[in-house]
Amino acid sequence: MALYFTKDHEWLKVEGDIATVGISQHAQEQLGDVVFVEVPEAGKSLSKGDEAAVVESVKAASEVYAPVSGEVVEANEALADQPGLVNEDAEGGAWFFKLRLADKGELEGLMDRDAYQAFVDSLD
Amino acid sequence: MSQPRRTPLYDLHRELGGRMVDFAGWEMPVQYPAGIIAEHTHCRTKAALFDVSHMGQVLVRGAEPATAMERLVPGALQSLKPGQSRYTVFTNEEGGILDDLIVSNAGDHLFVVVNAGCREQDVAHMKAGLADCEVEELTDRGLLALQGPAAAAVLGRLAPEAASLRFMQSALMDVGGVSCRVSRLGYTGEDGFEISVPADWAAKLARTLLAAEEVEPAGLGARDSLRLEAGLSLYGHDIDTTTTPVEAQLAWTIAKRRREEGGFPGAAVIQRQLSQGPARKLVGILPEGRAPAREGTEIRDGQGRSVGRLTSGGFAPSLGRPVALGYVETACAEPDTALELIVRNKPVPARVAALPFVPHRYNR
Repeated sequence: MALYFTKDHEWLKVEGDIATVGISQHAQEQLGDVVFVEVPEAGKSLSKGDEAAVVESVKAASEVYAPVSGEVVEANEALADQPGLVNEDAEGGAWFFKLRLADKGELEGLMDRDAYQAFVDSLD
Repeated sequence: MSQPRRTPLYDLHRELGGRMVDFAGWEMPVQYPAGIIAEHTHCRTKAALFDVSHMGQVLVRGAEPATAMERLVPGALQSLKPGQSRYTVFTNEEGGILDDLIVSNAGDHLFVVVNAGCREQDVAHMKAGLADCEVEELTDRGLLALQGPAAAAVLGRLAPEAASLRFMQSALMDVGGVSCRVSRLGYTGEDGFEISVPADWAAKLARTLLAAEEVEPAGLGARDSLRLEAGLSLYGHDIDTTTTPVEAQLAWTIAKRRREEGGFPGAAVIQRQLSQGPARKLVGILPEGRAPAREGTEIRDGQGRSVGRLTSGGFAPSLGRPVALGYVETACAEPDTALELIVRNKPVPARVAALPFVPHRYNR
């Protein structure tokens, strides 16, 4: 299993050809109280950079982009009823969706945790 | 852009872990570590302290300051008794709203509080329109808002006189050893006070209030969600120069004498709308489901025809659901009218709701 992060503050856990995608702890902190999440339907085909999900805090709506291309194989339906799970467990139970990777080569260029942490620190 | 300005509470906000944002040219806390929902809920259940020192505080002195000020606003100020406060708006020649404000009769002068974003423009407008008065912007005072059901008990311990004020009353009083103007009003729908305090003392007073077991700090995020639930308009969003007080459901702020006599900017437009009814009205809207519908969202009627746009929209923590304000054609303004909101290109069913969404609990 490999863990990657993007500059859009998403994380991907890759097992075989399946990537589980969510938003980072840092993203969760920046959003504040999450009150609404919309996840993509299973079967939907996403290209890298497509709008894949929506996450809304009290203040504002944000898009979650597909960090890599692939077909949605499962979405975390629990987030519809419990959007606050994103605040409680952003990098665990509050995963957004799982993708069957179309091109594993797209994982190259994503950051590991240390590189992502350095990226976040550079934003302050 | 010039550097954002800082209020006398800036250091305290940082110390409390406030997340600072630029708001109308001021560096203000949007939230503290507790988060918007917790701050909002604390205000509804106990008491929250807000820094509103970015708002403009202005004195108007003269032989007849209330009579003079009536030239700029449709509100009746001559009938405002000493120690009373009134909500009104500055109008332009088209009947549009330049800003909304609170005017208090401070005895021999008026004490006026205006929005941060309109502050400079309002002061210039008042100086130009009130040549027979002295208009003085107070730049050496902070403004604290203590809001919530416990506010009167908390402030009453420091200033017993405060607890005897009724809603929309204002008085000078000693608060913890300092002379302050305390007004029983606010922007949350709850009982509460705004305290105009010398800048040098603002942080000390804030710390004293925060030391009370009932009080927690709240930022601009909670201020916005609280006022939205209370159905109170936000200048620059729900009201602006393109909306009249009649369209904005603020006709209640225009007394009979002013309706009949006019004598304020845009009187002809406003009098016509009062007698014939406006073409559109600001209404409360409840979207179905959980997705918040935001400012700018298109509103359609039951037949799919575009009838207006949302001017505010978000999540209402006290109700656990989204709420919104928006202008709709008058035919669609009755409570329970079915509407559709176009959120991310998809129609979301919604209906018109009576305001406020959360009942006001003022000390009338």
